[in-house]
Amino acid sequence: MQSPGRPAGSPQNERLSTGRPQRYGGGLRALSIATVLAIALALALVFFYAPLEAEQGFLQKIFYLHVPMAIVALCGFVIGGLLAIQHLRTRDARWDMRSYVAIHMSLIFAVGTLVTGSIWAKGSWGHWWVWNEPTLVSFLIVFLLYATYQPLRFAIEDPERQSRYASVFAVTAGAFVPMNFIAVRLSTAYLHPRVLGGTANLPGEMALTFLVSLFAMALLYATLCKYELTAKHTRAQVRALRRRLSGESDAAGRARSAAPTLAPTTVPARTAAGSGA
Amino acid sequence: MNGTVTTRSTVRALLRKELLVELRTLESVPGMSLFAVTTFVVFHFALNRSSVEGDLAAGILWVTLLFAAILGINRLFVADADQGGFDGFLLAPVERSAMLIAKALTLLAYLAALELVAVPAFALLLLGPSLGGVLGELVLILLLADLGVAVIGTLVAALAVQTRARDLLGPLLALPLLVPIVIGAARATSPLLAFSHPGGAPGRWLATLGLYDLLFGLIAYALFDFLLED
Repeated sequence: MQSPGRPAGSPQNERLSTGRPQRYGGGLRALSIATVLAIALALALVFFYAPLEAEQGFLQKIFYLHVPMAIVALCGFVIGGLLAIQHLRTRDARWDMRSYVAIHMSLIFAVGTLVTGSIWAKGSWGHWWVWNEPTLVSFLIVFLLYATYQPLRFAIEDPERQSRYASVFAVTAGAFVPMNFIAVRLSTAYLHPRVLGGTANLPGEMALTFLVSLFAMALLYATLCKYELTAKHTRAQVRALRRRLSGESDAAGRARSAAPTLAPTTVPARTAAGSGA
Repeated sequence: MNGTVTTRSTVRALLRKELLVELRTLESVPGMSLFAVTTFVVFHFALNRSSVEGDLAAGILWVTLLFAAILGINRLFVADADQGGFDGFLLAPVERSAMLIAKALTLLAYLAALELVAVPAFALLLLGPSLGGVLGELVLILLLADLGVAVIGTLVAALAVQTRARDLLGPLLALPLLVPIVIGAARATSPLLAFSHPGGAPGRWLATLGLYDLLFGLIAYALFDFLLED
């Protein structure tokens, strides 16, 4: 059966096969500079502008790192699910790539969130891990689920099936994120520091600092995603050009990988390789 | 659909096939039941207690049922993947989601059969208080939880069966997704298994379970077709 994953005339293949030079990463420099400035501003606000919290003192400053990182990671997971819906609808491998990058980057942010959350818990409650804290626990469950994303991809050899199954996973997990948070929150007494409830109950300076930190973190996420996308596109293109130089067929040199690879290929070779499924 | 074959008759045919295969091979249900009973024995020695009640009893019951269910989930699609069942199904001019419904119903039947053995065994071997007065509520909780396990298990089994590490990936994918079910089911069960139980199962846990089942049913229904096209 002809796999529908890569339509022969998709823009990706067209551009690659005509050999016109492609530019990836447009705007990357501007985005990077904006990120650095936003993070510098956020840090300056955190250390010099936001007031010390009465009970927790200096320790509370980790809130400006931990909470934005958690919010950005969770949003990234949900965005990964939305991009995966787009992939399932259009069957364009580039959506799968975007979904993969969004989830990959969110996983890294999630590790950061768990570490900073643990530090905060140790500092304010005296334990590295607190079970009656629903947000931390839900976050751990979500993290454990997403930790299987890459093993799942890696265990499927056919690239078309890999991307399709990964998208099904990403949509399921993306929908699971809010449901899990509701379920875990129901199960525990509400103990989390009230600062999470919204910015309404924060003093003005803290709210401003928090919003700037959140913005900076979101910019960092976007920039890192764009870097990874650019790197992956460029690598695929370099590989395709190198193969064309040496006259190999494309299917021969493809290493098995958990990351999606865009089809950097001439159309007949890919059709021959894809029809075996 | 061609007009001649309705989804309902497809589901019925598939379900009949599944149950017939299980009756003739006895691959899943006896193993799951035996596993559950053995696990109770292991819990007895691991905890060094001759009877349990309340939270602990609910936890033991649900962990055991869940792990026994994982055994069934792991085997759910293996025959279809290895012996051409998927190919045969895909060649037939029938709706794809019929397979999801049939497999989920199959798993539901497996779980019901498992619980027919496991719950009495639990009451006999480990449970302190009697189950007499709370049986109706317990059955309701079991049913709601089983629905969710069946839907999630079917989706996860279909995801994992085509991978090389299927026995590993199935449980790894399933367990986090089943955590909310464990929360709801264990919280709802624990007052029923206490010596002095203060009343019925809390309604909000039943509602949580039902809502989770419904949402995951919709998700699985929307996504299952994408797993079946090769």
